[in-house]
Amino acid sequence: MSKVNLALPEVKIREIRINSITGYQGDAEELVKASRCGLKDRERSFSQCMGCGTSKAACMVTLIQDAAVISHGPVGCASCLHEFSFTYRVNAPLRNLQHPTPRHIFSTNLKEKDTVYGGNIKLANAIREVYERTKANAIFVLTTCAAGIIGDDVESVCNEAEDELGIPVVAVFCEGFRSKVWTTGFDAGYHAIARKLITKPRQRRKDIINVINFWGSDVFSEWFAPFGAKPNYITPYSTVNGLKYASEAAATVQACSTLGSYLGAVLEQEFGVPEIPAAPPYGIAQTDRWFRALGKILGKEDVAEQIIKEKKEKYLPKIEALREKLKGKTAYVTAGAAHGHALLDVLGELGMKAVGAAIFHHDPIYDSGREENDQLAQRVSDYGNVPNFNVCNKQEFELVNALNRLRPDVLLARHGGMTLWGAKLGIPSLLIGDEHYSMGYEGLVNYGERLLEVIENDEFVKNLSKHAINPYTKWWMEQKPDYFLRGGAVNE
Amino acid sequence: MSRSGIIEQERYTCAIGALQSVVAIPRAVPILHSGPGCGEMIAGFFERSTGYAGGPTSPCTNFSEKEVVFGGINRLREIIKNTYKVLDTDLQVVLTGCTAGIVGDDVDSLVSEFAREGKPIVSVETAGFKANNFESHSLVVNAIIDQYVSLFESENEVKSQKNTVNLIASIPYQDPFWKGNLAEYKRLLAGIGLKANVLFGPESGGVKEWQKIPAAQFNVLVSPWYGKPIADHLKEKYGQEYVWFPHIPIGANATEQFLNQVLEFALKEGAEIDEASARSFIEYESKAYYEEIDNLATFLLEFRYGLPNHAHILHDAGYVVGLSKFLLHEVGIIPKEQFVTDGTPEKYQEAIRADLRSTSDKREIPLYFEPDAGKAQEFLRKIHHSGRGLIIGSGWDKELAKEKGYDFLSAAIPSPYRLVLTTHYAGFTGGLRVIEDIYHLVLSTYA
Repeated sequence: MSKVNLALPEVKIREIRINSITGYQGDAEELVKASRCGLKDRERSFSQCMGCGTSKAACMVTLIQDAAVISHGPVGCASCLHEFSFTYRVNAPLRNLQHPTPRHIFSTNLKEKDTVYGGNIKLANAIREVYERTKANAIFVLTTCAAGIIGDDVESVCNEAEDELGIPVVAVFCEGFRSKVWTTGFDAGYHAIARKLITKPRQRRKDIINVINFWGSDVFSEWFAPFGAKPNYITPYSTVNGLKYASEAAATVQACSTLGSYLGAVLEQEFGVPEIPAAPPYGIAQTDRWFRALGKILGKEDVAEQIIKEKKEKYLPKIEALREKLKGKTAYVTAGAAHGHALLDVLGELGMKAVGAAIFHHDPIYDSGREENDQLAQRVSDYGNVPNFNVCNKQEFELVNALNRLRPDVLLARHGGMTLWGAKLGIPSLLIGDEHYSMGYEGLVNYGERLLEVIENDEFVKNLSKHAINPYTKWWMEQKPDYFLRGGAVNE
Repeated sequence: MSRSGIIEQERYTCAIGALQSVVAIPRAVPILHSGPGCGEMIAGFFERSTGYAGGPTSPCTNFSEKEVVFGGINRLREIIKNTYKVLDTDLQVVLTGCTAGIVGDDVDSLVSEFAREGKPIVSVETAGFKANNFESHSLVVNAIIDQYVSLFESENEVKSQKNTVNLIASIPYQDPFWKGNLAEYKRLLAGIGLKANVLFGPESGGVKEWQKIPAAQFNVLVSPWYGKPIADHLKEKYGQEYVWFPHIPIGANATEQFLNQVLEFALKEGAEIDEASARSFIEYESKAYYEEIDNLATFLLEFRYGLPNHAHILHDAGYVVGLSKFLLHEVGIIPKEQFVTDGTPEKYQEAIRADLRSTSDKREIPLYFEPDAGKAQEFLRKIHHSGRGLIIGSGWDKELAKEKGYDFLSAAIPSPYRLVLTTHYAGFTGGLRVIEDIYHLVLSTYA
């Protein structure tokens, strides 16, 4: 049964749609097995701030070149969005954007009286004013906890404004309390884009492949060229028009299946763009599968084989040399789901031992329903099990506890704030923002070299650890990491 | 203000943003009874600011649909109880978000249960829609005074410590130079014979210092409007009078004025101060300052390749007025249109206008109260003054400065293009630092 329903304004949250969970402690193999036969979430009786969907939805819509974004709520619900403005500027050269434009980020600035009388009129006026100010080609309206609870009719206000202004005015339902899986915010953004921006295809184009990703460097232009195609990056740095015709592409690929799960499925099920049946290309085994799956979908299997052959010749010796140097080193990974699995692949390929992972949530199976897209399953079958596998909802107290216990040679992180806890324990820690950096054969070389460098340059973290301030109690550091998980040491 | 009340490019955040005031107290921890995103939003706004246990380390009930429907008080009880197990802290301050505010959880009663057990814990209502963080800073401080400091009154007899003052000045993190400024105020006040409780940051004595708030002889408020409710509250609660300096003293003129004003007030309050030695401290500092200016004057007067001759500032009222006065009198850069982006309540605006007006008999410095900084930028986009311009503002303004071919100094948050650790802009040496910063960036544009 399709999980996609574009008739509804709100996307169904991940917990319900694909049974995603945020609490688990065990090993990867067991988790993969459980994912196929009903996985139960475990709740926490202690939790730290985890982050919410609204900034994740914002992250996808704020970086569309010619759109404006309104956060409908108190001013606080838009206060971290300046970070995307910075990102847009800083990463523009990676996408050859010659003249990056200022980001248009607004808050309706809801006050107490609005929570009593409602914010509909304020929002309607805000949309008009934002349009006058920006002449944007689309306006996104993000909902917040306050707007959601007081029951503002954001969908109707947006529809009316759309009629009045003649541009898409798109409601994105991403209130923080809706889901424990913040990734639902991405789904909310994509759901809104699919409902209001993407149109029925006029034709099928062989030369365009959708890439659902963040703002990483442009590796796909080079990879797609032999297939006679170009990437259509979705959504950072895309345009309203580029999104509109995403429906005409030959295929969709993901940089991170967690991120693009929903939109990939929507494009396939509603617009007939096939999502390739392969997880993203991290590690040799997966890279080969990925190129082959792409070749097959494009009817160019020979091109895929040729690419694989050339890459093997060029990069295998380098990879082998890195394996020699990294042999016996241990690593711990913390990241969102699919990219965490990707990093575990990379470690496996480089011959390092993954001693554990703190992964923010787990999707048993993606929206496509394809087992080939399950990267954790592939990881376990390609490189073996991962012990100490914790689904942690970004709970850093659990991360600190696990790191203190396992003391790996290196910590790999995907999200800000997490490397600090490795470094405080004297563990060399690496965060790479560019998710394309470790893709493909090239990525293994890139990543291997960086890993060596980080492990080698440990003087800073060793010194930091001598003076580090630690707010965690001695008691906590001695408990099991799942102490506060339901069914763990306490059941309070 | 825009017609619809929208804010583009916000430079302050909502009430729960005052969790940063808790983070700024050594070994205090904010506990958030809020949606899951509030801590992340605030940490993202202030950047590099998680301190001892803020940002993602803060305990949080992470409101889900269940708590919205059934209330979250039991969840909060559980989180507080377990906070004591996991985190080693001296003071816990429970702050509520919009969700808790709307569903109406009785947080105060719950928190007082823990307080009755002897836990150092305080609750404050900070639903985002109630206030902005400039205002809620005072709510947080007053809540700590009422619910925690007041428990120590018997050991700290009201106004018993002569020459000790509570300083109410820079808002932690919202003022990017807060740490350095507080340290500098402390040093300056010590120079005239006063011991200052600065309450926040490494120069404070943590909760022990907070406990001694009632014992201070009087208080010093350095602010155009924010923080005033704290001074008023202390006056009412402990009878502590306060001396009020209405903008940030930057450079020699304002710092001399500030110190003289405080000194005279202290003497009137009966502080035991050696006036001559206090005056000679001010004189010494001022002399050292002018020695630098004297040396620099040739550069300021003669640099042949172009320096900024006028400036626009987008900042809170304390900086807009403080920097305008400083630039005009002590640097020779003319302040043109200025924008106060802190959401100043109307009742304070006239006094701030008057303060800025007093800067010069010769010229009017146009002043706009505009929390919607996108609108302020639109205004700046359309005006033109001859000569090289300078914008002092937040990271948001860097693109505008580039567009207009102006120099740009990042001095307000959010400030992704600049790192500030313990640098200060207040005081004599703070003024010198402003000069260093401006001309460092100007000179780095050459060759």
